[in-house]
Amino acid sequence: MAGESTSVEHVADAAAHGAEASGAGMPQLDFSTFPNQIFWLLVTLVVIYIVMSRIALPRIGAVLAERAGTITNDIAAAEELKQRAEEAEAAYEKALADARAEAGRIVAEAKAEIQAQLDIELQKADAEISAKTAESEKAIADIRDGATKSVTQVAKSAAKDIVAALGGSADAATVTAAVNARMKG
Amino acid sequence: MASETHGEETGGLVFHPLDQFIVKPLFGEGPIHWYTITNVTLWMAIAVVAIVALFVMGSRGRAIVPTRTQSVGELVYGFIYKMVEDVTGKDGVKYFPYIMTIFVFILFANFLGLIPMSFTTTSHIAVTAVLGFGVFTIVTLIGFYKHGFHFLGLFWMSDAPAILRPIIAIIEVISYFVRPVSHSIRLAGNIMAGHAVIKVFAGFAAIAAISPVSIVAITAIYGLEVLVAGIQAYVFTILTCVYLKDALHPGH
Repeated sequence: MAGESTSVEHVADAAAHGAEASGAGMPQLDFSTFPNQIFWLLVTLVVIYIVMSRIALPRIGAVLAERAGTITNDIAAAEELKQRAEEAEAAYEKALADARAEAGRIVAEAKAEIQAQLDIELQKADAEISAKTAESEKAIADIRDGATKSVTQVAKSAAKDIVAALGGSADAATVTAAVNARMKG
Repeated sequence: MASETHGEETGGLVFHPLDQFIVKPLFGEGPIHWYTITNVTLWMAIAVVAIVALFVMGSRGRAIVPTRTQSVGELVYGFIYKMVEDVTGKDGVKYFPYIMTIFVFILFANFLGLIPMSFTTTSHIAVTAVLGFGVFTIVTLIGFYKHGFHFLGLFWMSDAPAILRPIIAIIEVISYFVRPVSHSIRLAGNIMAGHAVIKVFAGFAAIAAISPVSIVAITAIYGLEVLVAGIQAYVFTILTCVYLKDALHPGH
C-alpha cells in the first residue's frame, strides 16, 4: 500500500495548511481532493441521469402502465363474464319456472279431461244400471203377480177341495171371497 | 489499515476513525489531480454499476408479472414517483428523473459505504455540497424561470402584519440561503458520524476484556447505520421535493 503514505502526507499537508486543530485532521476538509471528488461526482450523476431518464425510467413506467392496463382489462373482462353468468342463471331460472308452469298446466288439462271422461262413463254406467234395475224390478213384479195369482188359485182350489172333503159344499163365490180376505190379511 | 498508515504509534489503543475517509489514488501514488482515478472513482463506479444492474438489467424482461429484481426497481420507482407527485404536485413530475437520480445515487452510495473496508462517497462534504448546492441552484433557476420577479414573493409574507413583513423577509432570505448548507451537511454529517463511531468501537475491540461489548456495540450501531443510510437518502430527496415545490408554487 505504497499509495497510502503519500496520501497521508497529503492529508497531513492539507491539515497543516488548513490549520486543523486535531492532529490528523478531517479528510473531508482536505481541499486538495475536492476537484477530484467533484469531477467524479458530476461524471457519476450525469451517467446515472442519462441511464435513468433514457432507459430505466421510461421502461419501468411503461411496464407499470401496461400492468395497470392489463389489470383494468382483466377486471373489466371478469365483470363482463360475471354479468354473463348472472344472465345465464336468470335465463335458466326462467326456463325452469316456465317448464314448471307448463307441466302444471298439462297436468291440470289431463286431470280435467280424465274427469270429464270419467263423468260421462259414470253417467252412462248409472243409466245402464238404472235401466237394468227397472227391468229387474218389472220382472220381479211380474213374477210376484204371477205367484200371487197362482197362490190364490191354488188356495181357492185347495179350499174348495178341503171344504168338499169335510163334507160341506161351498159355492165358488164364498170361497173366493174368503181366500181374498185371507190373502189381504 | 490504521496500523499500516500510523505505524509509528506504539501498541495499545489505536483510534483513527477518520482514516476510512481518506481519498487515495487507486493506481500508483502522487498528487490527486481532478482526473486522477481514486477510491472515490471506484466506489462511484460501483454505485453506477449497481444502479444499472437494478434498474436496467432488472427491468430487461419488461415482465407484466415482475421478477424479484424488477419488482424492487418498480418499488423504488413508485416510491419516488409518488413522493414527487404528492409533494410538488402534477407539474413537478417532469423533474422526476432528476430527483430519482439524486435518490438512487445517495441510497446506493450510503449502502455501499456500509460494506466493510469500502469507501463512503456521501460522507464527504465535497460530494454532498455539490448535491445540495446543485439542488439549490436548479430550484432557484426554476423558480425565476417560472415566475420571474414574482418568485421573490416566496420571501414576502403578504398575510403578515405590515411591520413584520420586512423582518420576516430577512429571516426567510437567510433561511433560504442556509438551506443548501444544512441540506448537504446533514447528509455528510450523519454518514460520517456513524462510520466514525463504528471505527471507534472497533478500536476498543483490541482490548480483550471489553471486546465482546465492543462487538455488540458495533453490531448495534451498524444496524442503526443501515437505518440512517436509507433515512438520509429519503430525507435528502423529500427536502429536494419540498424546495422544488417552493419554486413551482412560491405563494404561501
